[in-house]
Amino acid sequence: MNLHIKRGRLIDPATGLDTEADLFIAAGKIASIGKAPTAFEVHQTIDASGLIVLPGLIDLLARLREPGYEYKATLESEMAAALAGGVTSLVCPPDTDPPLDEPGLVEMLKFRARTLNQARVYPLGALTVGLKGQAITEMAELADAGCIGFSQADAPMLNPQVLLHALQYATTYGYTVWLRAQDPYLAQGGVAASGALASRLGLRGVPEASETIALHTIIELMRITGARVHLSHLSSAAGLELVRAAKQEGLPLSCDVTINHVHLIDLDIGYFDAQYRFDPPLRSQRDREAISTALMDGTIDAICSAHTPVDDDEKLLPFGEASAGATGLELLLSLTVKWAQEKQIPFTQALAKITCAPADVLNLNSGRLALGAPADLVLFDPDAHWLVAPNRLKSQGHNTPFLGYELPVRVRSTIISGQLVYQESKT
Amino acid sequence: MSNIWPPAPTLRPGFKGNPQLTKNGELKHLLTIDGLPRDIITHILDTAQQFVGVAEREVKKVPLLRGKSVFNLFFENSTRTRTTFEIAAKRLSADVLNLNINASSTSKGESLLDTAANLSAMQADMFVVRHAQSGAPYLLAQHCPPHLHVINAGDGWHAHPTQGLLDMYTIRHYKRDFTQLKVAVVGDILHSRVARSDIHALTTLGVPEVRVIGPRTLLPNGLEQFGVRVFHNICEGLKGVDVVIMLRLQNERMNSTLLPSAQEYFKSWGLTPERLALAAPDAIVMHPGPMNRGVEIGSAVADGAQSVILHQVTFGIAVRMAVMGIIAGNNG
Repeated sequence: MNLHIKRGRLIDPATGLDTEADLFIAAGKIASIGKAPTAFEVHQTIDASGLIVLPGLIDLLARLREPGYEYKATLESEMAAALAGGVTSLVCPPDTDPPLDEPGLVEMLKFRARTLNQARVYPLGALTVGLKGQAITEMAELADAGCIGFSQADAPMLNPQVLLHALQYATTYGYTVWLRAQDPYLAQGGVAASGALASRLGLRGVPEASETIALHTIIELMRITGARVHLSHLSSAAGLELVRAAKQEGLPLSCDVTINHVHLIDLDIGYFDAQYRFDPPLRSQRDREAISTALMDGTIDAICSAHTPVDDDEKLLPFGEASAGATGLELLLSLTVKWAQEKQIPFTQALAKITCAPADVLNLNSGRLALGAPADLVLFDPDAHWLVAPNRLKSQGHNTPFLGYELPVRVRSTIISGQLVYQESKT
Repeated sequence: MSNIWPPAPTLRPGFKGNPQLTKNGELKHLLTIDGLPRDIITHILDTAQQFVGVAEREVKKVPLLRGKSVFNLFFENSTRTRTTFEIAAKRLSADVLNLNINASSTSKGESLLDTAANLSAMQADMFVVRHAQSGAPYLLAQHCPPHLHVINAGDGWHAHPTQGLLDMYTIRHYKRDFTQLKVAVVGDILHSRVARSDIHALTTLGVPEVRVIGPRTLLPNGLEQFGVRVFHNICEGLKGVDVVIMLRLQNERMNSTLLPSAQEYFKSWGLTPERLALAAPDAIVMHPGPMNRGVEIGSAVADGAQSVILHQVTFGIAVRMAVMGIIAGNNG
């Protein structure tokens, strides 16, 4: 089917393109920008006047909760949330129940996602069997089933020798290993960043050293093995400094931060507000500044939503017992724009962090408005605002610290492979 | 076309206010001393002073809370604190119900808020809560019906505000003027809700020098931001102080990565007559109880002339009466 998107403001963060032009799509791919290709027969026209046309968002971590946690969220609800947030591709971690450590589970997930005909799902396979950190998984089989990398999710990897072997094995096949940089012993029992706030509230702290020591280990093992590693959810200024140096050294390292850590700090916990419980924990103002700096200088490749649907029962608990995480797929675009507004960052640069940059991490040709690239697009109104409220979220998880915030920009339509898969209902 | 986004709209929802005060700034719940205005603390201490006399009367009761129900919700074991709250409530003529909700019943699935909702349906007017999780009383205060008051009787490592207040009462009783004092808090600050409440109360009341003494494994991060001077040597730390507050050391801290043994702890940090002699001659010795004799404090000091430990317990009842009486009247 041929699609003509008229009069939109096209933004392609990959090239810095920002212009009002028409976009022509054929066979699910971008066919032309500006002028219709010769003999182009229009089957459908979308009027994008006043809207920005951006490559669909690529989210480097979103928990869909299937299989095993369907009471928290289902593939249907979370995929709908992805589209409403303009997310056209997402990476899901293997910490399901059972974990994604067998090809059959991955095939089932991919099949379920495909039948829903929505966002592209890129599963991470479990790095170790049952995420137990003991035996490595059948990585080649899992990759054949559709895994794009291997990860321990948030599960600890206690034994460095297992990590060494897992990196060696993955590197044999050229797979990327996705790791969290958090020493499990130093972080044990911690629920907030170590520091004055945690001390005042009497909360057990997660020291900065839990991140830096884990990073030293990972970086040294990368030097030994030559492995390609993606670090998920960095949180500290000192950690980012290590990553900056490792990148300068030329190690094949990429990393992301969550949108929550871009905006929030430990002081926001206020009076034990469990909405601000995150893993890794929110850190200080200084760390938040370092995150912004590292995003701008390229030390941090991408911003992810770290979408984690958590139900009310798991948040209405004392801070230390509450579940970490927040819903995020529907907030990622607005919160990235909010960050750009506050920091006065050129928007092509800010939006690169949720489009072409994560595409590069995943080695995909999407996330850009290039001829021949998949026609995965989001159309959003740059002048609209919306109030974050449970009834405006499609995700089954309604918990986020941004409830009650008025956020900029609103997704109007989402297109995947040239198909209009989401259109905001007019209410 | 501009390459910069338009300015950000107003984003942050309104500040919800202080969770323990009414809109008029009166005490609605007592959750922490951190951030509690000085005049409220002073008002509680003044009120307590009037209640100290009640215990000496033949009829030890005043009708302030007649017809009210006070529920003691203890999710963590306690005898002393629960008993003093019970006595305080009864002297105010309230009906008291004690509930020891051990961890196993909550692990059966009922959440803290469900438990509290069930109890408030039984017409409770006041919850006295002790919980192993820091911040648990905030959750109750936030979600309870508007007429209900919550008193924190100790939450995790966070706060034990009535203990802090009774300690201030005791200090004021013996020393009168807070603004001339040197006070030392000795021992396991890291795990101590009493230490946190004491430090906040002392600094709020204008004590110019609050010292904290202990090994580095038992001092929390960022302690300087509490407005205290940190000492890692008890002899230096005790020099010239007017008040010594010893903290209880939990047995489970021993033989761990934090402390090697009770013997070594007493040798380095225990309060002995020789060490107490370094303090001001009229210094008083306090302890929140229950004491571990021979671990943090020697018997010669605990039972000595400078010890006011048992008076703390007596004052504790009057202070808890004052707190209950004051918050019961603030329903704004």
